[in-house]
Amino acid sequence: MLETLVETDNPKSATDLRERAQDVVRQAMAGGATAAECVVREGDEFSTVVRLGQVETLKESGSRAIGVRVFFGQRAASTYSSDFSSAGIGRMVRSALELSKVTSEDPFGGIPEAAQLGALTGDLDLYYEDVYSLSGPERIEYARRAEKAALDYDPRIKNSEGGSFDAATGHKVLANSHGFVGEYRRSYCSVSAVPIAMTEDGGMQRDFWFSVARSLGKLEAPEKVGVIAAQRTLRRLGGRKCKTAQMPVVFDPMVSSSLLSHIFEGVNGDSVYRGASFLAGKLGEKIAGVNVNVIDDGTLVGGFGTSPFDGEGIPTRRTVVVENGVLKSYLLNTYTAKKLGMQTTGNAARGLAGTPGIGPGNYFLQPGTKTPQEIIGGIKEGLYVTEFLGHGANLVTGDYSRGASGMWISGGEFAYPVEEITVAGNLKEMFFNISEIGNDLEFRGSMAAPTVRVDGLIVGGE
Amino acid sequence: MTQTSFFFQHYGLTEQDLEKYLSAALSAGGDYADLYFEYLTSTSLMVDESMVKSASQGISAGCGVRVISGERTGYAYTDDLSPARILHAARTAALIASAPAKTQVVGFQQKPARSLYPIVVPSVDAEITAKVELLMRADASARGYDPRIKEVRASYADELREIMVAGSDGTFAEDSQPLARMNVACIAKTETNSARGSSGGGGRVALDFFFGEKTPEHFASEASRQAVLQLDAREAPAGEMEVVLGPGWPGVLLHEAIGHGLEADFNRKQTSAFAGLIGKRVASDKCTIVDNGTMPSRRGSLNVDDEGQPTQNTVLIEKGILKGYLSDKLSAKLMGIADTGNGRRESYEHIPMPRMTNTYMLAGQDAPEDIIRSVKNGVYAVNFGGGQVDITSGKFVFSASEAYLIEDGKVTAPIKGATLIGNGPDVLTRVSMVGNDLQLDEGVGTCGKDGQAVPVGVGIPTLKVDRLTVGGTAKRETGGFMQ
Repeated sequence: MLETLVETDNPKSATDLRERAQDVVRQAMAGGATAAECVVREGDEFSTVVRLGQVETLKESGSRAIGVRVFFGQRAASTYSSDFSSAGIGRMVRSALELSKVTSEDPFGGIPEAAQLGALTGDLDLYYEDVYSLSGPERIEYARRAEKAALDYDPRIKNSEGGSFDAATGHKVLANSHGFVGEYRRSYCSVSAVPIAMTEDGGMQRDFWFSVARSLGKLEAPEKVGVIAAQRTLRRLGGRKCKTAQMPVVFDPMVSSSLLSHIFEGVNGDSVYRGASFLAGKLGEKIAGVNVNVIDDGTLVGGFGTSPFDGEGIPTRRTVVVENGVLKSYLLNTYTAKKLGMQTTGNAARGLAGTPGIGPGNYFLQPGTKTPQEIIGGIKEGLYVTEFLGHGANLVTGDYSRGASGMWISGGEFAYPVEEITVAGNLKEMFFNISEIGNDLEFRGSMAAPTVRVDGLIVGGE
Repeated sequence: MTQTSFFFQHYGLTEQDLEKYLSAALSAGGDYADLYFEYLTSTSLMVDESMVKSASQGISAGCGVRVISGERTGYAYTDDLSPARILHAARTAALIASAPAKTQVVGFQQKPARSLYPIVVPSVDAEITAKVELLMRADASARGYDPRIKEVRASYADELREIMVAGSDGTFAEDSQPLARMNVACIAKTETNSARGSSGGGGRVALDFFFGEKTPEHFASEASRQAVLQLDAREAPAGEMEVVLGPGWPGVLLHEAIGHGLEADFNRKQTSAFAGLIGKRVASDKCTIVDNGTMPSRRGSLNVDDEGQPTQNTVLIEKGILKGYLSDKLSAKLMGIADTGNGRRESYEHIPMPRMTNTYMLAGQDAPEDIIRSVKNGVYAVNFGGGQVDITSGKFVFSASEAYLIEDGKVTAPIKGATLIGNGPDVLTRVSMVGNDLQLDEGVGTCGKDGQAVPVGVGIPTLKVDRLTVGGTAKRETGGFMQ
């Protein structure tokens, strides 16, 4: 049994990261850059997996890295390093300056205007030290309790991929040559269980459940997580194929968010300016039924997708993406906004290297009024999808085809589990065919959607 | 061990240091400990709209310390290779065990070195202008292919990974692992229609590979061909039907349908649909499938795995009978089987686990034309995106990006991309014909497992599967040939 974990004597939480970032920007400007931007990230992670009551893995570490993006007029390049020595940082800056010689003049390149920069003020409720407050044995106990609840739930739960407890904190600093410097910390913890159920004839099914929160105090009890994981696993036992036919399909919230993610990918400015999206050029047009409202909000207090500023130092905001079925806004960073002659929506996502991409804030489908039971109750014969396999959505054409498993609905109730089937349609039509939206919106990440019913999809089976 | 060791030279490490760190890792007992040092340099470039829009380079270095005690694994890592930080990581990982300290084995032994990717100048050190030239050539070639090609994005990425592994059992290994890849993605547009195409490849090769064997023009014309072809694609059928897979990358079928299910960790835990099936029939007698980490210059190849064990050519299925699993040190020890050299990890931040290398089916006797001719109504799928598998239920998918209808023994109209779904333990029992035209993919595969990505290869000859579910959108009324 573990008694204690080594004390976290972490020299990396030194408070000089702001100065480091600003110093890198100064070095780049002194080297001749016309603009520069530096990002520093550091984080700690802890994870443990308990399987069949025994600790299987225990992992604990911290790391940090620094990246710089430089502009020579409208040529850009970026470099990154995990070496924080002054020699290492000097090399990184010189490499970026050198590398920018091979890139092209891009009339739309550059960092944001000084006036656009800023950060949300006030406590966004993103960081809780309590994710690290548990002792080593207590963390293991969380994982063990989640798994045990699943194993004890039903004799058919005979095996397990384990229960787990994870915690992480991250600290991000961004500085640029307009004098912007901002930083924020976020924390995260989660508990999960992955039980395996068996039938007498040897058929096996696995499913999972988890709770995730920014604070340990908001995490659901491990026992609750284990029980739901067991229930989700048991209902899959004895799965069979269904017939090939067109039918109504209900998306469990665990998979409806993936449906919504296709709108996100479709309004991603990078796909839009290249015409690589089924939603390109559709601004102001109907792309979905009048019941469909999609919002991206990076400002929600405590949200999984919340931050005070985006990857370029633009304050995050609330953007209505789809209103009553009409496409109201793309989601943009500085570059894609300039390409489209628009304003950034504060959705820049900055990794350590490369040009910034587009990322969500808290992105969601506005809930309706019906309960999931009412939605299922309204279907004579149809499919309830609990899990998708594969990534079969073509954003250019809208063609959609994915492997699925779930429950067969008959007479408004779950009849039996189904598996080894496909669900296919076209995204251009699917959002018009959302006939029901549930009232059960719950964030388990930065994207969320309630239970959704889509009509007219083709289910491939026997 | 060699005194020219990268880490000994650059970080002043000595054999005594390694022994000291391993002793700290075993200070609370533990059966085994190892150190994984990694120094990774990488470059990436992108040409979009005929401009070099993005260029980046990076360096990351670190050390991961693992301690195994029975079935338990403790792991900690540091991105700072100073003795204090490595010792701290070692003591953190040590806490998985709870017994008196063990005496550290002294004397490292290095197995004879292999050289599957002997490269004088790693691509990461080659002139950046030459890499830019490759991308500009790809851009021009794709745009010149057809006036309907409107958007072209060409990207190039390479890396050089220096690794060193030292284990408390005396294991010592070093390797210098180059990897390069280029990719071309384009969009064809007409007034009414758009379609995409993409192609890419590479391997553990030097930059001259892209000036000789596989040129930018090769990838550009292939991506353009696919995009233009897809403009006229009709709806794919839905339901169970005969499916013929073309040679090469469609081998992703093997990776998903059986490869993951044969990774030893899942079988040790009895969570795989293949658990307990050694010696049993899991494929038709025409199927012999191997995982081979020893192919020169291949993307999935390694001189040694990330636990220091030399890779090998492992027979997974021989004439339809399941022969073995893919193992790493932990699963080999706990299951009492040989270590097949498949212990891999994404980086020093990750715990190694059994992973595939290059997984393929050996060639059979049938001529590809005869295989097509034998199908009355079905689908011929020649290019794929990715795939995924649920190893417990055995259900897997792989998504066709280029496919055609087969009608009366002839390949006819192109169809839209569709997902194919099947059941791993029995899909290969329905392989009724195997072509004589084995090909491996061009070097595009990246496999994800537990959040860890590693480069892999796949391959098959032309194959006929008698029954597989195709996830198209054509309704039954209109898709009259189904079933």
